[in-house]
Amino acid sequence: MNSERKPRTFFDKVWDDHLITALGPDTDLLQIDRLVLHELSGSQAMRSLREAGHEPMNRGQVFTIIEHLISTRPGRGPTDSVSVSGPVMIETTRKASIEWGFHFIDYNDPRQGIAHVAAPELGIAFPGATLVCCDSHTSTNGGVGALAFGIGASEAEHVLATQTLAQSRPRTMRVTFAGSLAPGVYAKDMILALIGQIGAQGGIGFATEFAGPAVRDLSVEGRLTLCNMAIEFSCKYGFVPPDEKTIDYLRGSEFSPKGEDWDRAVAYWRTLPSDDGATFDREVTVDCSQLEPQVTWGISPQQVVSVSGLVPDPSMAVDAEARQLGERALGYMRLSAGQSLAGVPIDVAYIGSCTNARLSDLRAAAAVLAGRKVKAGVLAICVPGSTPVKRAAEAEGIDRIFREAGFEWHESACGFCGHIGDNRFADLRVVSTTNRNFEGRQGPLTRTHLASPATVAASAVAGCITDARRLA
Amino acid sequence: MESFRKVTGVAAPMLRINIDTDQIIPALFLGGTDAKGYGANLFHGQRFMAGGSPNPDFVLNQPPYDQAQVLLADRNFGCGSSRERAPKALREFGFRAIVAPSYGGIFFNNCFRNGMVPVELPIGQVREIADEVQSSGGRGLVTVDLESQEVVSPSGRRYRFEAPETLRQMLLQGMDEIAMTLSRLSEINAYRAKDKARRPWAY
Repeated sequence: MNSERKPRTFFDKVWDDHLITALGPDTDLLQIDRLVLHELSGSQAMRSLREAGHEPMNRGQVFTIIEHLISTRPGRGPTDSVSVSGPVMIETTRKASIEWGFHFIDYNDPRQGIAHVAAPELGIAFPGATLVCCDSHTSTNGGVGALAFGIGASEAEHVLATQTLAQSRPRTMRVTFAGSLAPGVYAKDMILALIGQIGAQGGIGFATEFAGPAVRDLSVEGRLTLCNMAIEFSCKYGFVPPDEKTIDYLRGSEFSPKGEDWDRAVAYWRTLPSDDGATFDREVTVDCSQLEPQVTWGISPQQVVSVSGLVPDPSMAVDAEARQLGERALGYMRLSAGQSLAGVPIDVAYIGSCTNARLSDLRAAAAVLAGRKVKAGVLAICVPGSTPVKRAAEAEGIDRIFREAGFEWHESACGFCGHIGDNRFADLRVVSTTNRNFEGRQGPLTRTHLASPATVAASAVAGCITDARRLA
Repeated sequence: MESFRKVTGVAAPMLRINIDTDQIIPALFLGGTDAKGYGANLFHGQRFMAGGSPNPDFVLNQPPYDQAQVLLADRNFGCGSSRERAPKALREFGFRAIVAPSYGGIFFNNCFRNGMVPVELPIGQVREIADEVQSSGGRGLVTVDLESQEVVSPSGRRYRFEAPETLRQMLLQGMDEIAMTLSRLSEINAYRAKDKARRPWAY
């Protein structure tokens, strides 16, 4: 090693390798390796690109997946959507993507899935890649060591036209998850606990590296869950630098490098983890050894407690603003300070989304559901994260376990994570494996509690918020 | 692209933390591929009652705040979803500037591309401005000047703010960002030729 070279973080290495030129003191022009489009915002970017008279710069680096608005209904057709404008947006996106020669994954393609589930699965995302998508949960792809972040439609139009993007260089933060997880505690619980600790604004202006023994122990799927929710502490970039698990996960995927390229890529990827002695602008530690399953009680992901905990008293909040948010949350969620969260009756149990609908998530839920029934009166829905996940689950008989328990078993899409027209969750209390508990996120007056797949499955069975480890 | 230099107008106080883009415009109203048509549904869940009539308790339904061009908010404004319809809806309603301690990063970038400036000021200063506005019944106007990088309160108190210089210039001049980047095509191509030899799998 060159002794004069300052130790660098993973982030510094990847950013610097994509730096085309500095546009100013605070803004860099970056090479973008992968643009992923979908029919909700991608359609807008493609339309304005066309209207401005530009052409895509590098079609082979653009991937379109139909996943945001397409129906999850079994037997769905090519433009089926619960969104009024879904059919036209799906059709516009399909037409433009085919015409422009992007990699296109349609609703009925066996590779189809939620973008942030499909991209790592297919090797569209890879270590050290810059990957962008008009979706704030794009950081999910950081789970395979990509520098991936959500962008707006105008930024996507710029990427289409130039395959580059102007961005301000963020500061770096390392979150070390110390200790190891107890059985029945998952990546979702880790990330919710972190957000509870540093707040929903804790990551503004940072790029976050997730590190420590509990992260190294996670499967790649768990790491994807962890990185998925970086944006829920307002951090655009979250990642786990690549290791041998990452390399094993990507080996043989459709878009992973092949032959000699694979060997060269792996050799390069192994140089990417942060150097010993590299320093970060901020360091945070989360102790995992005592961590319990987490459940949100409010309208921001920072409003979270252990499943055995009590709904906090807003007057005990860290500041006046958090107190005000707490009071608003209690009103919206129809909860009282000091109330036990476990035992709160639920109307809906939902397993889906780019956060927690991968095969390991469905297995964890199935382990709880096997031989049990969803409580009468509870609506229970599973939307697998991708079509390959769905097929793999069916091959293992997981779909049967879900169905026999009383779950609906759907086709893959973004589904019920955001409210796009289906009112099935309106004014109901939902325990959900998704990533946002914002007011109205899953429907008008819908009260969302975020939790892991095991907690959601256990709550479905008990009919109330329940610790899966204590399910009778 | 729409430029922005300076605005003097009614400022609406909405001093809550974590006002997410789902609140600013719910996903239900993101339909269509059009660039416009989102302002009518700005803050839909809070602005309208269940039957669709305006909620009289919501600040933007109360004159003179229904004419507001400046929004005063607390930290992490525009967090959450990347939807660019959030700044579009704010802009269509009439807003030209937001003043808050911090922003969701994607929303922050989107504002500059929609003719609107997200000004960062410490919460104490935002509160001072909001207090003046409220004690004037909303009639005291607030100026946001991107050229001099100042916010001026109704009584004339001046607050200096910083903004990323590249984005500030782009917004001041209403530059076409794509044309700007394409003017550097030879630099981009030189980078790509070198990078492609090093990382062929990325292409």
